[in-house]
Amino acid sequence: MSADSSDYVLETQNLIKEFKGFTAVDDVNLKVQRGHIHALIGPNGAGKTTVFNLLTKFLTPTSGRILYNGDDITSMKSAAIARKGVVRSFQISAVFPHLSVLENVRVALQRKEGNSFHFWRHESVLDNLNDRAVELLDSVGLADFADATTVDLSYGRKRALEIATTLALEPELMLLDEPTQGMGHEDVDVVANLIKKVSKDRTILMVEHNLHVVSKLADQITVLQRGAILTEGTYEKVSADPRVKEAYLGVAADESEEAA
Amino acid sequence: MKISKFNIALVGLGLVAPLVLYPVFLMKVLCFALFASAFNLLLGFVGLLSFGHAVFLGTGGYITGYLMMNTGITPELGILAGTAAAAILGAVYGKLAVKREGIYFAMVTLALAQLMFFVYLQAPFTGGEDGLQGVPRGELFGFIDLSDNMNMYYFVFAIFLAGFWLINRTVHSPFGQVLKAIRENEARATSLGYNVNDYKWVAFVISAALAGMAGSTKTLVFQLASLTDVHWHMSGEVVLMTLLGGMGTIFGPFVGAATIVSIQNFLSGGELGNYIHIIMGIIFIVCVLAFRSGIVGEIQKVIKRNFS
Ligand SMILES: Nc1ncnc2c1ncn2[C@@H]1O[C@H](COP(=O)(O)OP(=O)(O)OP(=O)(O)O)[C@@H](O)[C@H]1O
Ligand SMILES: [Mg+2]
Repeated sequence: MSADSSDYVLETQNLIKEFKGFTAVDDVNLKVQRGHIHALIGPNGAGKTTVFNLLTKFLTPTSGRILYNGDDITSMKSAAIARKGVVRSFQISAVFPHLSVLENVRVALQRKEGNSFHFWRHESVLDNLNDRAVELLDSVGLADFADATTVDLSYGRKRALEIATTLALEPELMLLDEPTQGMGHEDVDVVANLIKKVSKDRTILMVEHNLHVVSKLADQITVLQRGAILTEGTYEKVSADPRVKEAYLGVAADESEEAA
Repeated sequence: MKISKFNIALVGLGLVAPLVLYPVFLMKVLCFALFASAFNLLLGFVGLLSFGHAVFLGTGGYITGYLMMNTGITPELGILAGTAAAAILGAVYGKLAVKREGIYFAMVTLALAQLMFFVYLQAPFTGGEDGLQGVPRGELFGFIDLSDNMNMYYFVFAIFLAGFWLINRTVHSPFGQVLKAIRENEARATSLGYNVNDYKWVAFVISAALAGMAGSTKTLVFQLASLTDVHWHMSGEVVLMTLLGGMGTIFGPFVGAATIVSIQNFLSGGELGNYIHIIMGIIFIVCVLAFRSGIVGEIQKVIKRNFS
């Protein structure tokens, strides 16, 4: 009963990344189903971020193919992949710290306006995007902070801002690298709910260490270990797998203690 | 509104300044202020440290000097030609440099600038070690005699205002927003779909063109185009001016340039003239260690702390 290939937004075929003889990503065949929240989990150094870097061409694969909606995007450049609708976030919060919160979102909205090379026009031509920007900020609970300088936001709010900025591009596929990392419990819940909310009408591939979040959000889970896929399936299936417990859960238990 | 009143006051000051101060000194300040502001567009607003910006200053100067001496063109066209030449060189050099990041960008710009330095040293039209001397200032639009220092001053002031306006506008344009995003977080700007190198390149060309315009103007003022303007010392000096005044601020480069030019003028008359490089070096060190935001940056901090 395999699904038709058009059900997959993203597919990798024998994806391999080697760093000087060390294989960080080892023959990964990943299939991300349309509309899913798909979690990529695994211990530290398993290669999760490297997979994201390959998917968005921040790194070039050693071999293998990447298909997006059936199109081979393996040779496309980062910015072009983003324009196609695959937008990523980063493990370390990726905001523009000395722009205002509003400007952070607006710079994402701005691209489609086609005036991004207009150096002779005043930036007030961008003001027509302000309403939409505030709307997006509102959707992540940041409308009151629109005029704040981003560097002054709390960590949790920065991550929320990142999501708003990503949403501004209306991506078909969102790649989130540990969106709740380093957050207190309250912020974790806020961001998890936010991800749930924005997952309507789009597909999300996320790296997440917090298994509570994974269990709550993920429709499908892929477990990575030493660059290779260990197992895949629903949370119930994956969490019952003894190999996963051995490879991952021990590490996760240590981690959550550290975070607490 | 406050800002524009402030700007009007500054323009007014610029208009009356030559009645009080020596016009040639003021013109020198304006030329270097334009040069430093152009440089700051890259360093302060894109985060790119070019260590070869003298090549654009010098190129503008040589082209304008050569044309003024050997063809009968009017000075405004001479300056336009010098600016265009620097823009073209900037387009080529920028293409090569923006692919590199951080210190490699600085190294590539330095290497490319040195390349042109040797070309200008050997090329027949530059006058080699002597440079181009006695460049005529000509008549603006064919009828305003620029050998008159007052006329020349107002011409230079107008050029400065135009260049300064363009830089300011670029910073506060839709394009400038993207530049700032790139400065703040390049990977994120890429992930939002921006081809960051294209934006860096356009900024580089604008910066090179305006540096060239400063050089062209300077050549007319001093009636001289020489290797000094393409030397790497000059590339270092513009870094110093920008850091001293405050990189990433609109008025910082102006203040930095005015300060450095004043110090140089002051020292060159007296006995301390021999130690000028040492003194500049000390200023540089103090600036980097003690007040990193530069003069304007520090003032802005004080204002922010006390009035907001
Ligand atoms: N640019 C690089 N050059 C060399 N080795 C790298 C590079 N990037 C990642 N690696 C290595 O590849 C392995 C996988 O790293 P990666 O960052 O993908 O792990 P991860 O699963 O995201 O881990 P974490 O949970 O800590 O974020 C690590 O051993 C890392 O040291
Ligand atoms: Mg990682």
